[in-house]
Amino acid sequence: MSIRVKYFAALREQLGRAEDAVPAPQARTVAEIWAQLSAGRPLPANTLVAINMEYARLDSAVREGDEVAFFPPVTGG
Amino acid sequence: MIEIRESVLNPFEELQRFQRQLETKGKYGANVSFVGTVRDFNDGKPVETMTLEHYVGMTENHLERIVAEARKRWDLIDVLIIHRIGTLKPNDDIVLTAVWAAHRAEAFEACRYLIEELKNRAPFWKKEQGVGATHWVERNN
Repeated sequence: MSIRVKYFAALREQLGRAEDAVPAPQARTVAEIWAQLSAGRPLPANTLVAINMEYARLDSAVREGDEVAFFPPVTGG
Repeated sequence: MIEIRESVLNPFEELQRFQRQLETKGKYGANVSFVGTVRDFNDGKPVETMTLEHYVGMTENHLERIVAEARKRWDLIDVLIIHRIGTLKPNDDIVLTAVWAAHRAEAFEACRYLIEELKNRAPFWKKEQGVGATHWVERNN
């Protein structure tokens, strides 16, 4: 089991990838997931996060099997 | 009903088709709809094409929730939301939100609620391509 991580829109293009997978026990919060995967790159201001397709916060807890997403402010409509 | 589609959206045909199959004829006295369309200029920059991306699953969930909230808040007979994804050109219609209700007050308010909440919460992103320049739209106005 691991944690699946998705990136969207400008953030996906900046990172050059749409998805990552993190071994589950290593990160406990959304912020820790970002730190682990971003090689020191700061999270862009205004980035939104979701856990299992629900809006979450950087200090929200992440569990094994969760899907975490990072994305810029939404611009639909 | 909620639909996210890549194909062309003709909102007025959709409204007619949807209203024709409603089994609530005689019950609704008001239909309010909003149509959003691609402009050829945004923030002073010419737009030649627009690409819309979404978070499959999360977008549908949030649209369903927004409709449920509107139905809880107002007495609505039916609701229709259609949103396009993929590549669009100026003058293409992006989104349709429509509400059928007994009276106009709830129809106007609920239709406004649907489009405002969609813009605030539904995970779609727009990228605009102009002459030699491409950029992601940073925020909704």
